[in-house]
Amino acid sequence: MAKHTHIKHLEDESIYILREVAAQFDRPALLFSGGKDSIVMVHLAEKAFYPAKIPFPLMHIDTGHNFPETIEFRDQLVERTGVQLIVGSVEESIKKGEVKEETGPEASRNGLQTVTLLETLKKHGTDCAIGGGRRDEEKARAKERCFSHRDIYGQWDPKNQRPELWNLFNGRMNPGEHFRVFPLNNWTEMDVWQYIAKDEIPVPELYFAHKRRVFNRRGIWLAESDDITRYPDEKPVEKTVRFRTIGDSTCTGAVLSEAANLEEVIQEVAAARITERGNRHDDKRSEAAMEDRKREGYF
Amino acid sequence: MSTNNGNDNKYLDMDLLRFTTAGSVDDGKSTLIGKLLYDSKSIFEDQMEAIEQTSLSSGEDDVNLALLTDGLKAEREQKITIDVAYRYFATPKRKFIIADTPGHIQYTRNMVTGASTAELAVILVDASKGVLTQSKRHAFISSLLQIPHMVVAINKMDLVDYDQDVYDKIVKEFRQFSRKLDVDDITYIPISALKGDNVVEKGDNMPWYKGTTLLHFLENVKVNASHNVIDFRLPVQYVIRPNQNFRGFSGRIASGRIRPGEEIVALPSGISSRVKEVVTADGNLEEAYPGDSVTLTLDDEIDISRGDMIVRKNNRPNIGNEFEAFLCWMNEEELKQNKPYIIRHTSRTTRVFVDQLIYRINVDSLHREDTDTLQLNEIGRARLKTSEPLFFDSYKINQATGSFVIIDPSSNVTVGAGMIRSGSTQSSTHDPKAKTTKRSEENVERGTGNSGEQGLESGERGTGSSDELGAESHPPSRGDGSGKAGSRGVSGDAGKKPISPNVTWEPWNIPREEREKRNGHKATVLWFSGISGAGKSTIARAVEKKLWDRGKQTILLDGDQVRHGLNGDLGFSQEDRTENIRRVGEVARLFFEQGNIVLCSFVSPYREDRKAVRDLFPDSRFVEIHVHCKPETAQNRDPKGLYGKAKKGEIKGLTGYDAPYEESEYATLKLDTDASDLDEIVDSLLEKVLDLTTEG
Repeated sequence: MAKHTHIKHLEDESIYILREVAAQFDRPALLFSGGKDSIVMVHLAEKAFYPAKIPFPLMHIDTGHNFPETIEFRDQLVERTGVQLIVGSVEESIKKGEVKEETGPEASRNGLQTVTLLETLKKHGTDCAIGGGRRDEEKARAKERCFSHRDIYGQWDPKNQRPELWNLFNGRMNPGEHFRVFPLNNWTEMDVWQYIAKDEIPVPELYFAHKRRVFNRRGIWLAESDDITRYPDEKPVEKTVRFRTIGDSTCTGAVLSEAANLEEVIQEVAAARITERGNRHDDKRSEAAMEDRKREGYF
Repeated sequence: MSTNNGNDNKYLDMDLLRFTTAGSVDDGKSTLIGKLLYDSKSIFEDQMEAIEQTSLSSGEDDVNLALLTDGLKAEREQKITIDVAYRYFATPKRKFIIADTPGHIQYTRNMVTGASTAELAVILVDASKGVLTQSKRHAFISSLLQIPHMVVAINKMDLVDYDQDVYDKIVKEFRQFSRKLDVDDITYIPISALKGDNVVEKGDNMPWYKGTTLLHFLENVKVNASHNVIDFRLPVQYVIRPNQNFRGFSGRIASGRIRPGEEIVALPSGISSRVKEVVTADGNLEEAYPGDSVTLTLDDEIDISRGDMIVRKNNRPNIGNEFEAFLCWMNEEELKQNKPYIIRHTSRTTRVFVDQLIYRINVDSLHREDTDTLQLNEIGRARLKTSEPLFFDSYKINQATGSFVIIDPSSNVTVGAGMIRSGSTQSSTHDPKAKTTKRSEENVERGTGNSGEQGLESGERGTGSSDELGAESHPPSRGDGSGKAGSRGVSGDAGKKPISPNVTWEPWNIPREEREKRNGHKATVLWFSGISGAGKSTIARAVEKKLWDRGKQTILLDGDQVRHGLNGDLGFSQEDRTENIRRVGEVARLFFEQGNIVLCSFVSPYREDRKAVRDLFPDSRFVEIHVHCKPETAQNRDPKGLYGKAKKGEIKGLTGYDAPYEESEYATLKLDTDASDLDEIVDSLLEKVLDLTTEG
């Protein structure tokens, strides 16, 4: 019998989960951030429904502070797969007065996304949002289900989660509630990169070493940008960097790196001594930061 | 597949082991996991910093590795793990997923959840406290969930001065308890998670322990042992129809294998067709295996939708509305008999109610108790009825088609989980051959279960089997033709049923065909022959156990069964040996006529003796299996120490050493245990036997 590698196992499991979503929900959508995890999800969804097209739209919550490369990559992907794209704009939520923009050097739209996300889900009647979250990313995520129930306020109740056994997923809910489904739950950062290499999945150049003007804030390298107010002593310098995650440009830190291709990135990940989210400025606010945001309905 | 990533190939070669950890509150489970993660470099600097800070601010002396795994705020405050948490680490050999389940008493449901996807359970015992009720409960749940491997990690050995006596006492006690369970493989390892002994490195504190470290064991234990590769089942998950020309049935293969061109049947319609293609986005497959997510296209246009199941024509699951199951209740609101619930089983969803609660299992004493409900965290045996038929197997032989969850339609919450034992006797099974496993799963309660710390390999008897000794003591040169007259005389050539003088032959009171009908399968004789150490008994035992688990009537005969009683008067002369095999043949025939699948494991090196036995049975019902390996292999294995004795000249005429094995002149099934993996041999033989004994 053919030997099944861990990557093959993870792929089969994710495809199974994506097919369950399509079968159990009326109006699912795949949350697309432009990052490698959501790119891998789109790739898996293409495989799951081959030779048919992906039977649900992509949903992008745009903070307005994206790296231009992200948007460009997104639009190419949408064109190639022929899948529908829904954009929820934080900018518009601010204009409509639904949320208030933070100000000053620490300002971030990351927290505001939650409001825009819930609004967008509601507007489109989305009953299941497929997210790229992985359990290995952060402590609070280690207990996340594959099918994660959200109440009518979009909230997660970590102490009252449904038991999830074998591969039997329960997506039943009342009107107004929705589910978050995480097909990559059991993947690690390393698995994701190995899979990208194995299937030769294109990812944005931001993930590979490039020269960029950055400044250092409490140990994290942030990209120079009109969207971030700098403290007076924060002087941009040119460095060779790459991003381990791609999110809102105001809070996604770069790492100093010479890894210019997949092989080098994988070697770097293997040797890494700091978690991916360690470069996420937003998690550092308090130890339970992630759990609190998840309760409110964050990704 | 990309070829320009030479350096990461080593990561792509890894396989995957999912295991669950369980322990009482203070057994040091979180510390153990912290240690595994830390030593395998799966803890990152920033995580380490975070827990260092937390440890400091809560006034602890050492960095508390347990903080790594206790994720949620409430847990950190109460210092108790309250939900299943999943952890990931990898070594160059293997990726691991740990389902870290809480040991606290009210969280049995989490134990069950964590165990449901695990292939191995690590059960922690605190050496300073001995085997507590909770460790027993965890072991029971692991066996109920049929986790194939169990490791009992006897932790905190540092607190008992690494004393072997303490370890031995705990092992003895646990062994005694585990006899009541249905577990095949238990390994005991003395460790200190805190100090690190026998976790990743052996350390110098327990020189008396000769086994492997915990991590080494986790890296090398066989994965996918619970995969059923025999019974093809594809629960249809989703139908893909991009255009008029393509209609594909998608799903993850629950068990068995499938190839293009093979004949299938769709359930519930019963309509048959052939597999046209096994489609994946990476190209069509030659063969698909359990766990593969695939899409099947068929030769004929038949109507199949989600919830249906694609199976083989001659290997169908139970089809019915009624079955018995072990049920674990997972909700604060107690189980109500006759209340309509929803059941999710494979990709099928329908209404269900609990018709009868047979008993509740006290998970601490394993006693059965009368009950009319199940409360949160209670486990019981129940009879359930569904509004639509399910396509199921017993959980023991097929986890994917034997498991289900129960949902309360008023809250939509998953309130229970179940493992099917068998179809109910009144089940509306309209396919008599599908009726299986009436007797298959008594192990959990019957309390006799195999104590089984021995795996398949150790299935060979430790002491010499008298039959084999007999064969080997035979003089090496057996004159061709000489001395067989006696045997032929007794067996007779003319009829297959020799009649003694003055005895009138009466047909069997109840014909075999009637017995076969009731058993749901045909009677057959499997005759395993071959040199000592070739693997006859190992294979025969494994195959018999699997047949038995599928509800087949079986009996295994080898030297021990007959030499001590029936053939106690026979020595090892040539005539006696021939007589020995003749009597075995007759015994096999009695069992055969009783409807059994009879497995006979005898060296039986002479073709004439085997031929005489063969002549007792209809051709299609006697399978002669030559279990073969190179003499050197057998001598290395030497399970009974016979080759060692032969080399020293203590015994003479050992088949495969200084006496020949005569191959049969007619075709036999030859199994080469040098060339193939034992599990593969067992599975493919099982497949043949099932095929042979299936009606129709």
